[in-house]
Amino acid sequence: MTETKTPSAGPADPSRRSAIATLAGAAAATSLPLWARYTHAQTAAPIRIGFQMHATGIGSAYGRWYDRTTQAAARLINEAGGINGRPVEIITEDDGTDPKRGAEVVEKFATQHNCDVGYGTLFSHVVMGSAPRAGELQLPYFVVSEGHHVASGKLNRWTVQPGITDVKSQVMAMAPFVAETLGKKVTMIFPDYAFGHDHRDFFTEAMAANGGEVIAKLAIPPTETSFTKYFPKIPRETEVIYHVMVGPAVLTFVKEMGEFFGPSRPAIFGFIDSLEAVDLASPGLEFLEGTYFWEGMARYAQPDQTEFDRHYRAAIGIDQNGASTRDPKDVSTYAHMFGCWETLYVIKAGMEAAGYAGPADRQKLIEAVEAMTEWPLSNEHPQGAKLFNGKTHQVFGPQYISKLEGGRLNVVQTTPIEAGFYPDEVDYTTRSF
Amino acid sequence: MTARVLALHGGLIAVLLALHFLLPAYHHGNLARVMVLACYAIGYNVLFGYTGLLSLGHAMFFAAGMYGMGLPLHFLGIGAELAFLAGLLSAAALALVVGLLALRTAGVAFMIVTLMFSEAVYLTILLAGKWTRGDEGVVLERAERVFFGLDLSDPDIRYLAALALFALCLFLTLWLVRQPAGRVLIAIRENDERARLLGYDIFRHKLAAVVISGTISGAAGAAYGLLFGYVGATFAEVQYSIFPLLWVLLGGAGTIIGPFFGVLFMFYLIDLSSGITSAYMLIAGIALVLLTLFAPQGLAGELRRRRMRWLP
Repeated sequence: MTETKTPSAGPADPSRRSAIATLAGAAAATSLPLWARYTHAQTAAPIRIGFQMHATGIGSAYGRWYDRTTQAAARLINEAGGINGRPVEIITEDDGTDPKRGAEVVEKFATQHNCDVGYGTLFSHVVMGSAPRAGELQLPYFVVSEGHHVASGKLNRWTVQPGITDVKSQVMAMAPFVAETLGKKVTMIFPDYAFGHDHRDFFTEAMAANGGEVIAKLAIPPTETSFTKYFPKIPRETEVIYHVMVGPAVLTFVKEMGEFFGPSRPAIFGFIDSLEAVDLASPGLEFLEGTYFWEGMARYAQPDQTEFDRHYRAAIGIDQNGASTRDPKDVSTYAHMFGCWETLYVIKAGMEAAGYAGPADRQKLIEAVEAMTEWPLSNEHPQGAKLFNGKTHQVFGPQYISKLEGGRLNVVQTTPIEAGFYPDEVDYTTRSF
Repeated sequence: MTARVLALHGGLIAVLLALHFLLPAYHHGNLARVMVLACYAIGYNVLFGYTGLLSLGHAMFFAAGMYGMGLPLHFLGIGAELAFLAGLLSAAALALVVGLLALRTAGVAFMIVTLMFSEAVYLTILLAGKWTRGDEGVVLERAERVFFGLDLSDPDIRYLAALALFALCLFLTLWLVRQPAGRVLIAIRENDERARLLGYDIFRHKLAAVVISGTISGAAGAAYGLLFGYVGATFAEVQYSIFPLLWVLLGGAGTIIGPFFGVLFMFYLIDLSSGITSAYMLIAGIALVLLTLFAPQGLAGELRRRRMRWLP
């Protein structure tokens, strides 16, 4: 409580003591704005979010769009008053899509930039390499990876994935559509490393649960540049080809698959990961016309586009075809990058719920996020409503199945959130910080 | 060993020990990393700098140490001490096999054969995804990383463990190159035909150099996994074979102290330039070109040429 005093008349001839007192008072008054500014800076200092960006290396196409999404969301958050009255500052460091550099970047966030949280990592191997350091440094680490590493229990209590669903959930949600609409006998073509193996294992299990069967699994070595020798291995009774090829060889893969099958091909279902940031009108992709894709979020604005999707596109600068409004050839990674947007809003909600004031409250922030359960479809969550599992640190949401028609992807089915549920594999809340 | 040689190398260790108490957290962590990577560079230097054999596949030894340590630790729970030993043995065994085969070649062919072996190791790691988790790798829990009762995830212990390993590698190689066998390696580097004429068994000396080099590189890989909690396939990729070559060239091939400064220089060049521009590899590239032009013998090599001719 501020005490106020009524000023009284002083002596006409001030004594030395009163003169000194007056001078001291004047000095204090002069310095008051400095105190005020300092005190103000204590509370209005920015919330520093360390953005681990794949600016270079194999993930750079994703990194570019993750960055644009992040900057747009941070700008909107700041325009709306920031977090707990403090502006958000994004501290970006390139990790080169490399786990060693990723771990170094996390250290830099925690010990040099004094970031409040680390955020934004996509590639699974970078998450795996960085998360141990985040845990040791007790830095809340919000990944946007879609890897199953968080929910599988391999990481730690400081690592959370609240903005994008994981691959296990995505694959499980796809299996009913594939089995019921496209065919029961599936041949899988996937890259022969962890990402492909996740698809192989989770989808095989999910198809069996839906009355289907994976009759052949063609693992393609990551160094392969030509695929013609693999196609004759596809069994004749195959009804559906499931492909998750990624990397620069995907165009060759599609072209050679088209040459092999010609006009009489089985149904084809793929993950858009293969063609993120790729213009679907690129020469060689004509063969994919009429095939189906998983999309995390619909690249092409749909007839039933929500106001939230409109808001999201406008804020980042994305046109109705999922490309930059400045350059229609600059196609976004639309199926994944919403995860950055939604994660930033989860960080905001978590900090507000925890009354976050600084790094001393990092543990409170994690506990606050763990206590969250759902987020409705909104400007903050434009991809769809979400359910969050605080025990596994993993979010669950709708998935989109689209058909390539006339060079654009049209959503034919939106799967319910529950279609991606699976039993908990970990309870991070029982682990120590 | 002369007093000034001991003073120089001992002085470096003393400075690094002093820095443990002085450095802020970020640079403290960086230096721990640099010291482990410097062990890798020291291992590479034994083969390249002292024996004159240019390998383009040393990442396989680093990875052999890392996976040889990490997999039995993670899946068999054998404890960090035995796991570290397993990492050393894995790297040594791989180096012996690779050496026996690759040393049938020389020059460019040796480079290509080592590169191919390294690619084979990398692909083996990817294909053995059931255990290695392929490119994603394996996280080592903090509880697994306890070495003779010391928690290696603790920043102080990590730093001191890295320093101990670095000091061991530094003095081991310093001792080695001053032994008669070490001098034979230098003779092989300078003129292997003449060394052969003098009656030395060139093949056995080269093989020993490959095994020693591979084992030290493997020790660095095993230590890296233990100290930073991650075992991943990227460490077996080709760029991790190129890095030690760059570090050694930058620091000074054929100098004991050079690899450390090569790693330190490169680490901070990338770290600082990445704060200025996303094209930081361009800055790193220009710096490397300039160094190659104006200090072709590397930092320590140039120091030896100009002022300290006694530098080992």
